[in-house]
Amino acid sequence: MPPVKAARKAFSNPIASLLMIVVTVLWTIPTLGLLVTSIRPKQDVATTGWWEFFAHPDATLANYHTVLFEGGFGVSGGLLPYLVNSLAISVPATVFPLVLAAMAAYALAWVKFRGSDVLFFVIFALQVVPLQMALIPLLQLFSGGAHLGSVTIVPSFDLSGTYAPVWLAHTMFALPLAIFLLHNFIAQLPRDLMEAAVVDGASHFKIFRSIVLPLCTPALASFAIFQFLWVWNDLLVALTFAGGTPEVAPMTVRLAQLTGSFGGRWELLTAGAFLSLIVPLIVFFALQRYFVRGLLAGSVKG
Amino acid sequence: MPTVSASAVQLADSAWTDASIKLGNSVGAIAGFLGILLLIFFAAGRAGGRFTRPLAIAVMLGPAALLLVVGLVVPLVRTVYLSFSNDDSTRSVGGANYGWALTTDSIHQVLWNTLLWLVIAPLVATGLGLLLALLVDRMRGQAVYKSLLFMPMAISLVGASIIWKFVYDARDPAQPQIGLLSQIAISLGWHHPPNWILSHPLNNFLLMVVMVWVQTGFAMVVLSAAIKAIPDEITEAARLDGARGFRLFRHVTVPMIRTTLVVVLTTVMITTLKAFDIVRTMTGGNFGTQVLANEMYSQSFVQFNVGRGSALAVILFLAVTPLVAYNIVQLRKEREHR
Repeated sequence: MPPVKAARKAFSNPIASLLMIVVTVLWTIPTLGLLVTSIRPKQDVATTGWWEFFAHPDATLANYHTVLFEGGFGVSGGLLPYLVNSLAISVPATVFPLVLAAMAAYALAWVKFRGSDVLFFVIFALQVVPLQMALIPLLQLFSGGAHLGSVTIVPSFDLSGTYAPVWLAHTMFALPLAIFLLHNFIAQLPRDLMEAAVVDGASHFKIFRSIVLPLCTPALASFAIFQFLWVWNDLLVALTFAGGTPEVAPMTVRLAQLTGSFGGRWELLTAGAFLSLIVPLIVFFALQRYFVRGLLAGSVKG
Repeated sequence: MPTVSASAVQLADSAWTDASIKLGNSVGAIAGFLGILLLIFFAAGRAGGRFTRPLAIAVMLGPAALLLVVGLVVPLVRTVYLSFSNDDSTRSVGGANYGWALTTDSIHQVLWNTLLWLVIAPLVATGLGLLLALLVDRMRGQAVYKSLLFMPMAISLVGASIIWKFVYDARDPAQPQIGLLSQIAISLGWHHPPNWILSHPLNNFLLMVVMVWVQTGFAMVVLSAAIKAIPDEITEAARLDGARGFRLFRHVTVPMIRTTLVVVLTTVMITTLKAFDIVRTMTGGNFGTQVLANEMYSQSFVQFNVGRGSALAVILFLAVTPLVAYNIVQLRKEREHR
């Protein structure tokens, strides 16, 4: 190691390390409190702070059993159907925008046409339309169709009580960012490679399937993780398009309801919250590397 | 006890059937979607001659463009139109909804809170993220620190709100506390700490802490990558010229990562617009903590005044427009350099 670097290492460390440790501990404690509370017996949670657990450890999984299968908030029905809904919403709502955005990004990057640059900027700009603006018109479209005077342009779909409106809304709202990020990646593919394929007589569809998709797997993977977390964690879209029933509503909607009405039952609320965290946390820690790389693709040059 | 567990098992059984049907529907939808795409690709790939290019553009760009128009462009126009209409959008009321938004006291507070959120939460999260990125640079075991600080990013804002609601839980000071913050306050000798969530205007800042907690790790990871991307020669040259510590940071590091700083700030700000989740879960917008995103939701979906709700949505949109404009200008500049 060169002497300059060695000296720098020796000097910069102790205070920085200490500060870093303090902040990291501070950042982790709230989540730890949630986890510890969720495995304590009801009586303990109600009478003493969760940190007492370390002095008098007494653990149980009863809270999880209650929230999953019985409800236990003075309401019938557990969280299990909502957990299933979260999964049933998140997976398609990740696949749909991913595929459509990859296609659009390829067309914008490699099938250049007049106005394709302008179109790219318009799509980028749409990224910042607050979802709140789109909710009411979309809801009206889904429930009543579209009419111009007395002429029906789009008939009303009877989609209420199904996942379809939620999938559609998530797909629509994800497209601007997805197209932007994937375009950055796809546009950087080697020009020689693409031209060679055209010379060989491959159609755009063939190029897309057999060259672009395989080469873009890292970017696709990172966006898939990002979108999955986003959909799983979403409250606003689900609240608007899924209602609050166990047929369609995801975990976030149910948890938000329960916090409002049964805020005092911490042993159940924390167990419920931890159940909603467990899937995204597994995804996050298992695939963290790809996730971070994907985030960086759009923001750090070089 | 046996009867209880038997009924629980039965309940679980029907739940599993229900789950397999629901997940089956999802998988079916994905299979159908991919199947249709493959068919179209196959058919369009056959077509030759001068239609190849237009067909490729239409097939590849068409679905995304259609969804964007239906999902964002039309709603944008329509929301602006609805904002000039009455509560059930049957007649035009001119600017009355905007007048209401700008002259009603309770809405004043909402606008003010939203502004506070949009300024404070992103600045604190980005600033703290930058500080931590500088600290973590060149530390051993930095992956562990980064993962733990970044972790809240994976947690839903609803989940995060429950976590922090528990931290802020307050009880009669004579009783044993179960909320961490009250316990710390009492341990430090504050005999009667307030009921945190109910204390205005303190509660607004306590809610912002949740957003900062979620976003700081993200800012740190991205900024840390940007700092690492600064070529070593530049830092060395500056050091040889006598730049040290803060001067080095101010005149070398910050200019070199300016683009990334702006991107991070923008991203955090856009997330902050969703303070909706936090406010809704923690206070329901009561006790003087209401923000525009949540008020807009209650106007439209609780009080069924679509006109007012739309006007608030337009105001929210106008608030972020400068940000979009600035980003597009930056993006164009970067493209010209390529």
